[in-house]
Amino acid sequence: MAVRIQDLVQPLEATVLVPGDMGREIHGGYCGDLLSDCIANAVEGSVWVTVQSHPNIIAVAVLVGIPCVVIVNNYDVDEQTLARAQNEGITVLRTPLSAFEAVSRLASLGIPGKKRRES
Amino acid sequence: MTDEKPLIELERKIEGGDFQSAGDVSSELKRILQQIGFPPSFSRRVVIAAYEAEMNVVIHAWRGVFRAWIFPRYVHIEVDDEGPGIPDLELAFQEGYSTAPPHIREMGFGAGYGLSNMKKCSDRLEIDTRVGEGTKVTMDFFVRDV
Repeated sequence: MAVRIQDLVQPLEATVLVPGDMGREIHGGYCGDLLSDCIANAVEGSVWVTVQSHPNIIAVAVLVGIPCVVIVNNYDVDEQTLARAQNEGITVLRTPLSAFEAVSRLASLGIPGKKRRES
Repeated sequence: MTDEKPLIELERKIEGGDFQSAGDVSSELKRILQQIGFPPSFSRRVVIAAYEAEMNVVIHAWRGVFRAWIFPRYVHIEVDDEGPGIPDLELAFQEGYSTAPPHIREMGFGAGYGLSNMKKCSDRLEIDTRVGEGTKVTMDFFVRDV
């Protein structure tokens, strides 16, 4: 069964900071805090788990085609990040969980880790 | 570049240190490539390399100009900055090597993968740099037949 963004909220004990398109299907997951790493390796349609919360994560999400960003450890999120996510229609979730625990719960929903193949 | 007329030419200024709008130029380029209908894997390579080049200006330079020429079968990008230049290019190409200061690294930038990402994603990469003056990055991307 397809996993949608709305299905991630409860398992992640997350707060929805920007709803975006909660009905969007999620096809994979990526976890990382280096922007160059995410942009090179994450796959379109994935949920991205990170500690970063500044506005440029939304630029990276747009470029990769990531519809949902999960910010872990309840880090503060810049207003600019939220405004930018709103404009781009990207969901921003904030969870008190650690990155490890967040990924573990996403995996138990059946979301596979996905990594881009070299073209 | 060829004598062929490009479908679209894009020219945008990039301000050094402007992390708020960093990535905007690459996002705009992505939309254009998608609208034209390039294969997603091709657009992805161009956009990764464009993002890294754009971020290098934001992180390291004072200001720069991003130019792209989009042809039916290829894309040519030039990013020209006024900035510190790159003293040791060979070192700069090493994955993990970076001169970005700690506060930039904490944001997840400047991890030392920019140039190697650009090299991997482009079909031709040329870097012309003068210490104390600036750097010019030229990249070409060709649509490969599947």
